[in-house]
Amino acid sequence: MRILRAIAAHPTGRIGAGIILLYLLLALCGTIGFTPHNPLQQFRIDRLQGPSATYLMGTDLFGRDTASRLMVGIGQSFLIAFASVGLASLVGTIIGLLAGWWGGWLDGAFMRSMDVLLAFPAILLALLIIAIVGPGTFTSVVAIAAVYTPIFARVVRGPTLSLKRREFVDAARTFGSSERYILTRHLLLNLVAPLTVQVTLALAWALLTEAGLSFLGLGTQPPAPSLGLMMSEARNLMQQAPWLLVFPGLTIMLGILGFNLFGDALRDILDPRTQRRTA
Amino acid sequence: MNYLARRLVTFPLILLGVSLLVFFSIRMIPGDAITAMLGTEAGLLTPVQRQALAEYFGIDQPAVVQYGRWLWGVLQGDLGLSVTYGRPVLAIILERFPLTLELALLSMVIALSVGVPAGVLAATRGERPADVVVRILAMLGQSTPGFVVGLVIIYVLSVYFGFIPAMGSFASLWSDPLANLGQLIFPAVTLGFAFAASVTRISRASMLDVLSDDYIRTARAKGVPARSVVWHHALPNALIPVVTLSGVEFGYLLGGAVIVEQIFALPGLGRLTLDAIGQRDYALVQGCVLFIALNFLIVNLLVDLAYAALDPRIRLGAR
Repeated sequence: MRILRAIAAHPTGRIGAGIILLYLLLALCGTIGFTPHNPLQQFRIDRLQGPSATYLMGTDLFGRDTASRLMVGIGQSFLIAFASVGLASLVGTIIGLLAGWWGGWLDGAFMRSMDVLLAFPAILLALLIIAIVGPGTFTSVVAIAAVYTPIFARVVRGPTLSLKRREFVDAARTFGSSERYILTRHLLLNLVAPLTVQVTLALAWALLTEAGLSFLGLGTQPPAPSLGLMMSEARNLMQQAPWLLVFPGLTIMLGILGFNLFGDALRDILDPRTQRRTA
Repeated sequence: MNYLARRLVTFPLILLGVSLLVFFSIRMIPGDAITAMLGTEAGLLTPVQRQALAEYFGIDQPAVVQYGRWLWGVLQGDLGLSVTYGRPVLAIILERFPLTLELALLSMVIALSVGVPAGVLAATRGERPADVVVRILAMLGQSTPGFVVGLVIIYVLSVYFGFIPAMGSFASLWSDPLANLGQLIFPAVTLGFAFAASVTRISRASMLDVLSDDYIRTARAKGVPARSVVWHHALPNALIPVVTLSGVEFGYLLGGAVIVEQIFALPGLGRLTLDAIGQRDYALVQGCVLFIALNFLIVNLLVDLAYAALDPRIRLGAR
């Protein structure tokens, strides 16, 4: 509650939160089918129409309504971004927590395998996974999660190392708290702040990666709308129909901007270092 | 064990991990190299011909044996034969690498020459319009995917200047430097856009940090002119995080920029790997990924060393 109020008071955090809420609303409408037109329906006589009262953002080569397709596309992008970041943060947190807590060879093994993933070129890692499993929503989720898991593992391991030497952990041990209890209650609760910031920023990256993958034709498969794919289809038509380029581009940019602004605001609010600086 | 030695020990381990990962994961992709190479003609091959081809490219053995053979070759500087090109993998990579390197360098030059002055400007104009404008631009830059920037550049060039960035044959830096620059400048701007945005943000934050340090207050109290305080006293220290960020980013760019290369039809390392995955060209994918990972690790190591050299307070050995 305190954090919500702080975000509402934060100048850019407010804008970021507003954008995210707007997108969530649009995505929800798109998913339940509450769109101006059917996003898959081809209005053959209205092909490549510019923005008008009927088609707010114009139509594409097949006469499909851009605005409706964008709404569904946002939903698809958000679904993949949230699922992949959820998966990456879950797996990364577990790895980072255990590596930091147990230390020794297990720490070495876990963190070196994370280094392998980090040294592996990100988009190529995603491409390999997609080549193996075949493109689709689920594959995109796994591919993007694989790219961001090491980052979460690192974000969690550092603080875990310093937290486990703190007095309250020793105190909990002398009380006879089980290892699992200490890990989930004491350590994890103290990691909530850095994790929240990381999750928000990772959502922005995940949106970026998802758009890139579907731009390459390896994400959501046609005819289902996706933001990256719409940009890629607009490439050859940009002279006749610039709106096909402009609206999806702006939509992607604004969405990522929302998460970036929100994440930055969260960092300002939750990070004690910046708090001291502004105080 | 000191820091450098520990890094040098884990270095080959990480490369080994990367090689294992790429070697076995690419073999999980459905379809085989010979069919991918010959297309429908593969159906016309007799089993004996097929076997001979597989033997020629060394893909007839069980995967584990192949891996051992390949690794042994790699240690001797032989990355194997590309099925698609029928030539040594290393030669193909070294052919494509100059372009990727040039593109990465050019983007970094753009990012630093825009980002650092913008960041300093914003930091020294706290909360005034210049600061706000720079921060908004940097935020937008960080939020725009490369392909959006690239397509907008192409759109503006083609519609307003009637100019389409050269597609097709690529001029190398040595044969035709001007044509080469003409082909690379727009992709470099595309990549430099987001790069410049992060440089701006980190320069600004780090400059603000340094400007609140005691030694800066001392310099000011001594009557050093404000301009000199910013550029001579504060900037060198404020640049340390910028060096780290640029180094890491540069390391990523050396891996090839798949999407930007695709948009501008550039024959760089990223597209080479992308195409190789599509072709099931095992040796080529393995070689590319290993080469990219090696570059990435070397650049990161250099960044860490530079970091220690720039900031005497940091002693990498101490933990």
